[in-house]
Amino acid sequence: MNKPTERYTGPAIAAHWLIAILILAAFPLGLYMHELTLSPTKLKLYSYHKWIGMTVLLLFVPRILWRLTHRPPAPLPMPAWQHKIAEGTHHLLYLLMFLVPLSGWLMSSAKGFQVVYFGVLPIPDLIGKDKELGELLEEMHEVLSWSLITLVGLHLAGALKHHIIDKDSTLRRMLPFGK
Amino acid sequence: MKINHIALSAAALLLAGAAHAVEFKQVDAAKSSLAFTSKQMGVPVPGSFKKFTAQLAFDPAKPTAASTTLEIDLASIDAGSKDANDEVVGKQWFNVKAFPTAKFVSTGVKALGGNRFEAVGKMTIKGQTRDVTAPFTFKQDAANGVFDGAFVLKRMDFNIGEGPWSDVSAVANEIEIKFHVVAAPVAVAKK
Repeated sequence: MNKPTERYTGPAIAAHWLIAILILAAFPLGLYMHELTLSPTKLKLYSYHKWIGMTVLLLFVPRILWRLTHRPPAPLPMPAWQHKIAEGTHHLLYLLMFLVPLSGWLMSSAKGFQVVYFGVLPIPDLIGKDKELGELLEEMHEVLSWSLITLVGLHLAGALKHHIIDKDSTLRRMLPFGK
Repeated sequence: MKINHIALSAAALLLAGAAHAVEFKQVDAAKSSLAFTSKQMGVPVPGSFKKFTAQLAFDPAKPTAASTTLEIDLASIDAGSKDANDEVVGKQWFNVKAFPTAKFVSTGVKALGGNRFEAVGKMTIKGQTRDVTAPFTFKQDAANGVFDGAFVLKRMDFNIGEGPWSDVSAVANEIEIKFHVVAAPVAVAKK
């Protein structure tokens, strides 16, 4: 192949990996902190988890705007069904990286704990304290988080399959500092 | 009968004339509230005490003669969540088994001008007694006297939150206390 591989744009690559790191940090942190008995450590970890989540939500806005205004590289040759699955996974990933932090933010408000970004910037409560709604949002946050991490797994498996088995540039074109 | 009636009315009139001073004494527990705000990781978390009793004697004309005693049932705390409620009655926090009540006894009241006053007194929580100054406003709502005040209490002065909880970066040392007391007047004869 003489034609150089078409790469994702710099901002798309940066947003992809930054959000990936944040999701991969927030998920195990969420699982772990939930099991702790109440302690200063638990309060701190919950805050860190919420700050990470709000950062994902903040980054999501420019990321989706960038994606809507910049065409990603054309898909590499692959069977139509694989392309469909890849595309569906991408759409669901976008949806969930928005819904997971959103449900967490709403849950926090419903449980009576405002989110204060980095302990200094109060984020408005979109809903008031409501015990039952808080429990419902907790379940939603859990289901959505597991869905997100499952899709991340599928997305990762697809990327590795292209890289290792198909030996194409699907993964490479999203890697930072690549050529 | 009629004479009796007139005599009674006259007596009542006389009494009303004599009772120019009104002292607010009967605290209406249902209309009064004791709330607080703690800060957890910078997040203000509202709470309250559901049960407390207050003795009060306040004559706006003679504020310096006023006095109050407040007793708080610490087990009646609502600290914002079930987890927190279970935790704060425990040994490291209020230790309500050993210290079921907190008590405030005023030692003096000062007029600050207008409807503003300041109560000073001794606050006892968990075996520790500290001086507390609480500014408040007084206004009359129909017949009742309404007292609204707020002050900051440092939890570590009373060992509220020991062991790992003494980490004030997780739960701030400063707890904002807000009280709203409604008291009915009792007429007192001029001395």
